[in-house]
Amino acid sequence: MLHQLVSGLMTGAIYGIVALSLVMIFNATNHINFAQGEMAMFSTYVAWMLINAGLPYWAAFGATVALSFVGGMALERMVLRPFRDAPLLSIVVVFVALLLAFNALAGWIWGYVLKKFPSPVSQFSTGTSLIGAHELFVVAVTVLMLTVLFLFFRFTRLGLSMRAAAQNPVSARLVGIRVGRMLTLGWGLAAAIGAIAGMLVAPIVFLDPDMMGGILLYAFASALLGGIDSPAGAVLGGLIVGVGENLLGAYVVGNDIKLTVALIVVISVLIVRPRGILGRITVRRV
Amino acid sequence: MSLLTVRGLKAFYGASEALHGIDFSLSRGGVTALLGANGAGKTTTLRALCAMIRTEGTIEFDGRTIGGMATETIVRRGVALVPEGRGTFTDLTVEENLRLGAITRGKSAEVEADLDRLLGIFPRLRERLRQQAGTLSGGEQQMLAISRALMLRPRLMLLDEPSFGLAPLVVRDIFEILRRINADEGVTMLIVEQNARLALDLADHAYLLETGRIVLEGPSADIRADEGIQRSYLGY
Ligand SMILES: Nc1ncnc2c1ncn2[C@@H]1O[C@H](COP(=O)(O)OP(=O)(O)O)[C@@H](O)[C@H]1O
Ligand SMILES: [Mg+2]
Repeated sequence: MLHQLVSGLMTGAIYGIVALSLVMIFNATNHINFAQGEMAMFSTYVAWMLINAGLPYWAAFGATVALSFVGGMALERMVLRPFRDAPLLSIVVVFVALLLAFNALAGWIWGYVLKKFPSPVSQFSTGTSLIGAHELFVVAVTVLMLTVLFLFFRFTRLGLSMRAAAQNPVSARLVGIRVGRMLTLGWGLAAAIGAIAGMLVAPIVFLDPDMMGGILLYAFASALLGGIDSPAGAVLGGLIVGVGENLLGAYVVGNDIKLTVALIVVISVLIVRPRGILGRITVRRV
Repeated sequence: MSLLTVRGLKAFYGASEALHGIDFSLSRGGVTALLGANGAGKTTTLRALCAMIRTEGTIEFDGRTIGGMATETIVRRGVALVPEGRGTFTDLTVEENLRLGAITRGKSAEVEADLDRLLGIFPRLRERLRQQAGTLSGGEQQMLAISRALMLRPRLMLLDEPSFGLAPLVVRDIFEILRRINADEGVTMLIVEQNARLALDLADHAYLLETGRIVLEGPSADIRADEGIQRSYLGY
């Protein structure tokens, strides 16, 4: 039971971190980026390539985060900007196209064979069978990232500008905020966070182009559950979904339908509280 | 010497022309009223000055042309709009709304001093600093919008119907505060109002707009004395 709980927390942390990247784009643009998981997967391949080229883990980690940040911004500038004023449906189509494109591109460049991805803490042992070193690492990174993001959005002028630009672009311009740049920055941040999530997941599930498929679904549920505009909510939602999924799978309904049950639970919560647990914004158009 | 000079200003919503080439100027440190019935083009004029819609013609601010600049850039030059509907960031706190007003000024002791000074002028806002701005009453949101604009330390302040939807006592307070800000700090103001009497009391100069054209202009005292104005706008 305790083991299920701990391993649930760990998966939950991963859902939470992917949910965090969804929240990031939502907070910057009011859109839910369905391609987020595939972008993270793609970044992870880049890290894998750098490591294989002989770079030490942390150098590859840093370079991947930086490249993803720039890549995310470039994506917003070149692919999404032309659709800025387009109807929601065309934007969704763009997201789906991005998803398919990244998936196909990764398969084409790196193939569909599962690849092993290293963990920076594999040589350590926690001295207990309850939780492995990598699991602990995942949880620690999640907590750290959440803290950093919270501080950024809550206490920096740039973070405040980003929130203002997302919530009310017209008023944001009227106080002098360069709204376009804020959107671009939001995409960069989301891509960087996604890259970290991918590099945390890969040592557990192996690296392949479909690595993030299921995870994104759970992350999406987590973000909605926690509140789509709340970074803390995203992680909390992730932990609840992760633990819930594990306990349900082990003790209640079995592994086959746990996804369905987990989603039903999330939807039920949203019917009672549409803003999510910590959210302030009701998702109206999903 | 005027702070803002507008010549042949046209403004468009899609293909339809809402301003048909208007000319006006605002004297430095003065208060100018822009009057007119509902739909005359008052809001459109303010939007045009802030580049929120497509325009033609020339707009000179402080001797430099600002036509063709982005809204953000014009704001950074010192033009603050208190928009129709107040433009509150409803999900942010009152304090965050105020700090956003000064977001382009960087972090400085002056900003903190301005915040403190405005909260002295509007004690209601101080009581509600941590509250979500969307929960404020209409009058409080108008005070917030004016304060947010002042946090920019603007050289020109554009006000779109600050009296709209407010109780007479609140309106009196707000206009008194505007008068003080203009007198004490020399902020130039362009104030749009349907309530002509109120605006003429505050302003030294006025323009009258009718369906996208300026039809009358002059010192407030003359406009107030104009018979046509009295009949149509002052209800004598
Ligand atoms: N967003 C808009 N789209 C199209 N037409 C508009 C829009 N806003 C205003 N108009 C039109 O422009 C004209 C001037 O409107 P407005 O400037 O809002 O008047 P006022 O502020 O003096 O009441 C009106 O005919 C109005 O119908
Ligand atoms: Mg109007």
